[in-house]
Amino acid sequence: MSFVEGQRKPRLGVFKFASCDGCQLSVLNLEDELLLLGAALDIAYFPEASSRMEPGPYDLALVEGSITTEEDEHRIKAVREQAKVLMTIGACATAGGIQALRNWADIGSYKQCVYPRPDFIRTLATSTSIADHVKVDYELRGCPIDKDQLLRVVTDLLAGVRPRIPADSVCLECKRRGNVCVVVAKGMPCLGPVTSGGCGAICPSMGRDCYGCFGPAEGMAKGVGYPPNTASLAKQFHDRLGLIPIDVVRRFRGINGAAASFRRESEAWAVKRTNSEGS
Amino acid sequence: MSVEGCRVLPSADCHLLLDALQAKGYCVIGPTLRDEAVVWDTITRVSDLPIGWRDRQEPGRYRLERTGTGEIFGVVHGPQSLKPFAFAPRESLLQIERTSNGWSIHPLFPKPEKIALLGARPCDVAGLAIQDQIFLRGPYRDPPYASRRENLFVIVVNCTRALSTCFCSSMKTGPRAQTGFDLALTELDDVLLIEAGSEAGKAILTALPMSPASEALLAKASKRIDACAESQTRLQEQEVLPQALYDAHDHQRWDEVASRCLACTNCTMVCPTCFCHTVEDRPALDGQHGERTRLWDSCFTHEHGYIHGKNIRPTIKDRYRMWLTHKFAAWHDQFGMSGCVGCGRCITWCPVGIDVREEVAALLASDGHSAARRSGSP
Repeated sequence: MSFVEGQRKPRLGVFKFASCDGCQLSVLNLEDELLLLGAALDIAYFPEASSRMEPGPYDLALVEGSITTEEDEHRIKAVREQAKVLMTIGACATAGGIQALRNWADIGSYKQCVYPRPDFIRTLATSTSIADHVKVDYELRGCPIDKDQLLRVVTDLLAGVRPRIPADSVCLECKRRGNVCVVVAKGMPCLGPVTSGGCGAICPSMGRDCYGCFGPAEGMAKGVGYPPNTASLAKQFHDRLGLIPIDVVRRFRGINGAAASFRRESEAWAVKRTNSEGS
Repeated sequence: MSVEGCRVLPSADCHLLLDALQAKGYCVIGPTLRDEAVVWDTITRVSDLPIGWRDRQEPGRYRLERTGTGEIFGVVHGPQSLKPFAFAPRESLLQIERTSNGWSIHPLFPKPEKIALLGARPCDVAGLAIQDQIFLRGPYRDPPYASRRENLFVIVVNCTRALSTCFCSSMKTGPRAQTGFDLALTELDDVLLIEAGSEAGKAILTALPMSPASEALLAKASKRIDACAESQTRLQEQEVLPQALYDAHDHQRWDEVASRCLACTNCTMVCPTCFCHTVEDRPALDGQHGERTRLWDSCFTHEHGYIHGKNIRPTIKDRYRMWLTHKFAAWHDQFGMSGCVGCGRCITWCPVGIDVREEVAALLASDGHSAARRSGSP
């Protein structure tokens, strides 16, 4: 794929929806490479970084955040129309984020709890991923994204090759680093076996269990991927590591709780919880 | 273990062995306690070793226990074999620079230091010998592997205690090391029996003040090593394995194990013989240079089975069958030996505790053959 025609620098736009801005900050955290990035790309629209806000079209649109309002629903379509390549960045954009916990709750009661004047709040009942609304070309997972992975993808796009975004398990990266497995040696309910790497196994490297912030390891971003075997890991959490059903639900219902395979697993255990309470 | 070659070193004098290795310029690496397991790390003094600790291993579970004894090599092994010392998990292969008329390519070679690996197990040594077959044999000698391998000095410790996950005696790789080591130790209460397996090993031994081992000590060592072999769970029917596994291609057990397998890659990462790797090119942002890197890969990843537009092993069942069949059957066709050394790491370090011995036993049970397979054969 030729990213842009002729000698023109590719134009970058960075857009925010419902999110904490942490993924955009990961772009700014590319301290050593930021000047090079500025030399390679025309940063046309990036309100988090600059008051210069040029109109589209954009060669590459990075989209952070999930869709939680009617305005968002319209705005993401406008972004898509102006973007040659659209890449979502972070768990909010790729799976709805932590705010997708509302998908299992009553939005009215949430509003009552949080805001003194809930009648001022206009919001959708759900938080959904960007891909639920428009076509997405590439996805970068994580909460936040890994800045080196972002740099890698931008570099690949500039070089005119298909970006390489591995979605192998965290375990692969963990073992390459020589870490001791926290499931086997400490009995911790680590989500690493079913979670996509890309983070460099940062949590197990610090002796803690992965909580799935890169979402389900589903094979390649393009092409058919199979969902990870969450059922087997959840059973292990319950049968051998001592998690009760509600703990299993909470384990899968985190930052990527609305990602399809994590959602299905947490819902299956929510049913088991109800059944066990009923008996 | 020959009577004339074997020497005795009191365990209390173990530091003399370290001194001798360090005097020869070796960086000594051995088992050390970290993160509730043992991992390979630099040993500068004997107290860096996990003295007075033992490991208890079972499917999907690893725990250390303090014994309070002076046993130096009480821990059988940790998650990693010797594999990373020769086949690096991440290896830079090439530096690529853009020039006025194209590209210039500079191969990168590691500059390994001399390493003495203290506390390897017979299964680890056997695993290293299998890796040598893959990376050094024939016309395709791997330069980074070769240079790392040439700088390894291996001190094996014969096993006198088997874990519940051990099956080296079935694979004929232990619990006594036969070849492939520079020095072999057997720890007996408060003494270490030492014998050399190479000229480099002999050179170290001559620097140590030791007496020959008595017949009684040698007999005691043999008795304990034999008892260790006897105590192991066996992997059955070695002779019939390759063909039996090929015949079990459509066995129902593959579906059953696939329902438990996470395809997380842990078994392949800790396996001393798994050699799969991927190679990736990483261009720099300015487009003027790049680097080619080799990384450990696994036949359990999605991309591993992806070939020109199609995934040839899309399901976990495909991948588990491929791995197990390769290890115990196709490896014989490919390299003239089994790909398993019986260290049991794939059993312990599987997060859901899949036991390869149980899987093989179930696959050999004829009642699981699918009717389709039988009726399909002429």
